[in-house]
Amino acid sequence: MARALINAPAKAKRGDVIEIKTLISHVMETGFRPDNTGKPIPRDIITDFICKYNGEEIFRAELFPAIAANPFLTFFTVATESGTLNFEWTGDNGFSATESVNIAVE
Amino acid sequence: MIAAAALFLIALACTGTASAAEIPLAERKSDYEFMGRETRTMQDDDTANPATLWVLDGETLWQRKDGSAGKSCADCHGDARTSMKGVAARYPAFDAARGRPVNLEERINICRAEKQQATPLPFESKELLALAAYVGRQSRGMPIEIAEDARIKPFLQAGRDLFTARQGQLNLSCAQCHDDNWGQKLAGAPIPQGHPTGYPLYRLEWQTLGSLQRRLRNCLFGIRAVSYPYGAPELVNLELYLMWRARRMPLETPAVRP
Amino acid sequence: MNDDDRVVQRTRRRFLVETAALASAAGMGLALDAIPAPATPASMRAAIRKVVGEAPLNKGKIKIDVPALIENGNAVPLTVSCESPMTESDHVKAIHVFTEKNPQPNVIGVQLGPRAGRASVSTRIRLADTQKIIALAQMSDGSFWSDEVEVVVTLAACLEGT
Repeated sequence: MARALINAPAKAKRGDVIEIKTLISHVMETGFRPDNTGKPIPRDIITDFICKYNGEEIFRAELFPAIAANPFLTFFTVATESGTLNFEWTGDNGFSATESVNIAVE
Repeated sequence: MIAAAALFLIALACTGTASAAEIPLAERKSDYEFMGRETRTMQDDDTANPATLWVLDGETLWQRKDGSAGKSCADCHGDARTSMKGVAARYPAFDAARGRPVNLEERINICRAEKQQATPLPFESKELLALAAYVGRQSRGMPIEIAEDARIKPFLQAGRDLFTARQGQLNLSCAQCHDDNWGQKLAGAPIPQGHPTGYPLYRLEWQTLGSLQRRLRNCLFGIRAVSYPYGAPELVNLELYLMWRARRMPLETPAVRP
Repeated sequence: MNDDDRVVQRTRRRFLVETAALASAAGMGLALDAIPAPATPASMRAAIRKVVGEAPLNKGKIKIDVPALIENGNAVPLTVSCESPMTESDHVKAIHVFTEKNPQPNVIGVQLGPRAGRASVSTRIRLADTQKIIALAQMSDGSFWSDEVEVVVTLAACLEGT
């Protein structure tokens, strides 16, 4: 269930500072939890998140096990031009997920 | 309607064991009101509520053809936004064929077995929770209303008996905390009244979506009492009683709770 | 440094889960060696040093917004924001968050720039125990600013058994 949910305005005025909210389904197994026998369950987390606005990186985050399951991340950007916001999450065990939304800027 | 409820209540009170008084209807508060501001915001904002991920999955599953009949939920029920409106608010409901109440998850599985000829989904599985969350979401904001008919009375009574009976190593009943001492603190956290107004819900403790039965099993573990297996009639009776106890409170599915 | 001061600190959560497990089932012996030692203030300082080098940490400009009393340490809403005009010549380049007593000190590291418009990030984090959270902002002029808060983490009254 690698589902991501993006909340970003579909329309904005040029120069507006807009908030982007992202939510992705991921267990974010810390690597510190012991299983029933006492052995630690191996780490399995999202480690990196990048947002690009018409191909240009506007936000990047490095995530650690302290980020809660189903990572929720919100940030801001300036609405400069119409186009596409691309989101990419990568992590342990080759995890990779992408999502994108369009924005109309007048 | 109110007179019928009053008679129901009197009938239950007469047959029940000596126990604490129920919370007066006007004093009932959702467990939402016992949460901090930030947790409430997590529930109120669909884009911040992790449960939304399951609702979206449920929406996909609703359209998916399954079983040897090759049907999807949508094939019979159409658009869930209309056909499922109000459904979750009246479950558990009496199932005439089985002669007992069934909860929403069981109802979904009954449909799968009988109409889709598909295997039932395991309790607490991602798919079953996603469908229950999707169906439940269609009743959000609607008042909980368990049909008060003579057939469910003995099951409702059984649920009430479980709620008020002392049990476990700590010899506690549900009522002692949730009827008598709601609002007080236990291990630093406020004791809520325990109304299941938002199930299935995202519990921060679980870091995932879970059912009311999962929560009840946690409670039973917490008071060091014997926990019933998923699908046990005791749990369904307890669900039935709790939803009846929460009658007319608005459904919040899918909620967030600590 | 971690190996030298390896003190097994039992958090309240572990203590309660272990006693609960012992009470309800025989012989559920958790191998304590498998549970890592939590971060110490020293390892947190080391993690901060890695980011900051020898530069001084100034207090101010950055603010941590977190509930004072946390209902569940599994998902704690956290917002970190900085005052900054976020222009080409004067902006926040990065924000880093650390904790004192989690098994690992780093929480998140965020790269910003003038395109951000506002230097504010929100997420949900895990906190193993009552502890300090420290946030750092790295400015475009190379300076570092910090804020720290102490939060109290309670446990759910009815923990899940096996």
